[in-house]
Amino acid sequence: MTALLRMEELTVVPVKSPQRKLVNQVSFVLESGKTTCVVGESGSGKSLTALSVMGLLSEQLQRTHGRVIFQGRDLASLSTEEIRGIRGKQIGMIFQEPMTSLNPVLKVGYQIGESLTEHLGLRGKALRARVGSLLEQVGIPAERADSYPDELSGGQRQRVMIAMSIACEPAMLIADEPTTALDVTVQAQILKLLDELKTRMNMGMLFITHDFGVVADIADDVVVMFRGEIVESGPVADVLGNPQHPYTRALLDCVPDADGKKPLKPIDYAWLTNGVDP
Amino acid sequence: MSEPILVARHLVKTYPQRGGLFGLGQQKVKALDDVSIELNAGETLAVVGESGSGKSTLARCLLQLLPLDSGEVQFQGHDLAKLTGKELRAVRRDLQMVFQDPFASLNPRMRVGEIIGEGLLIHDIGNAAEQQRKVAHMIKRVGLSESDFQKYPHEFSGGQRQRIGIARALVLEPKVVVCDEPVSALDVSIQAQILLLLRELQQEMQLSYLFITHDLRVVRHIADQVAVMYKGRVVEQGDVDSLYQAPQQEYTRNLLNAIPGRRQLAGLATQANQVQVDN
Repeated sequence: MTALLRMEELTVVPVKSPQRKLVNQVSFVLESGKTTCVVGESGSGKSLTALSVMGLLSEQLQRTHGRVIFQGRDLASLSTEEIRGIRGKQIGMIFQEPMTSLNPVLKVGYQIGESLTEHLGLRGKALRARVGSLLEQVGIPAERADSYPDELSGGQRQRVMIAMSIACEPAMLIADEPTTALDVTVQAQILKLLDELKTRMNMGMLFITHDFGVVADIADDVVVMFRGEIVESGPVADVLGNPQHPYTRALLDCVPDADGKKPLKPIDYAWLTNGVDP
Repeated sequence: MSEPILVARHLVKTYPQRGGLFGLGQQKVKALDDVSIELNAGETLAVVGESGSGKSTLARCLLQLLPLDSGEVQFQGHDLAKLTGKELRAVRRDLQMVFQDPFASLNPRMRVGEIIGEGLLIHDIGNAAEQQRKVAHMIKRVGLSESDFQKYPHEFSGGQRQRIGIARALVLEPKVVVCDEPVSALDVSIQAQILLLLRELQQEMQLSYLFITHDLRVVRHIADQVAVMYKGRVVEQGDVDSLYQAPQQEYTRNLLNAIPGRRQLAGLATQANQVQVDN
């Protein structure tokens, strides 16, 4: 099995203070048809990792080191024009906030259709039919293409975002905390939908989250990040069932369980000062 | 069995909603539809539900931050719904609130010491020196230091701000604290710290909590009693163990089944124990 995405020693720093490594030597591999979850607290660099894949880092940040190899090409060496051809077509992205990432003055059908026109040249009736079928795939009636974002609920807006991101049948989908802002019941539906789409379209999915419950539900592989570095990675059963790094253990310990059997524990950074680092 | 300290009966609250052509029509949305709850002294009652189920409206109506359409709220021999102005303010000393968004709920132009001490000033408790002492004690109790007195809210992280919010509510030594999603904006690692802090303070100060949340994992760890809300009604109510083990309503079962990673994590935990046993 060849890797769909290979991240090699990615390092991201602010332009103004290059000694602060926000993402430090991050390497991992994502395969087609698999889900890799990147887990960590806020500020651990998980979103920056995702944004670097798409070349969407802000101008104040700079990738100083490392390669992002997607289908055998180094994305970082491509020109803006070339990367535009990949964004939205071969790599789709779902952002965290379904409330703010849709344009409020455009109908959702138009917003879903934009990338189809841009990348595949679809227009008119063919475009409308395709948008309708995409909406139905994510569980929204095709007529809702004429709705504006404010006429949809949070869960429906996130479904629209998903329809947009899979419109061109990308080989890879990046999802940055796609369910964090949603209710548990809606979250369960969206996770199920993403998992089905991934299997049906044989996509690789890079899934950013801070919720270990979600990781257990959806991941094949897990990457745990702490202060810009990967502290542990591996198949989901190993990382969650038998964590090796003290940080992973500490983070798992402070997740409340639904059965109430586990005592609540605050996060423990003792391993940092003790210097026990396997 | 402990005594009920806060009792709400048959609360009704409707909001007008614009609808129809050009938004000219008016409809009423029932946010609270005949809701009755009881909070026992020294216990935690969790109110759970999805967004739009009316749980935050309930919190606000209990404290009379929103006027009720009908119903009564009994607290310390008063019906809060009938009190106004001065009397209501006096009662609120014993009835405090911790808000959801630690970024929006602190005045950015006030220093932390002023924010926490403002309640003492309003209720005219003690002289300046005593107030200072109380604020200092509270600020240390929630895990911040006295040097944080002079700082502004923007200098703190989300978890620290939530600690400030808790200190502000508790400095008045209230009897009942309404917590509206106090940990949902925080990282899991910080969440556990704040939950533990709330639990310790509850024991020390004999507080009763009304705890609003949508996270059923959090509820399991902090609540004694649970009320499940759906579309403005309480569909199921009971103590936390029996509700989790034998939910009576279809809706409660759906909510419990939607908890992410429930079965998988449980499976992995037994697997991990197995590994340890094998070793």
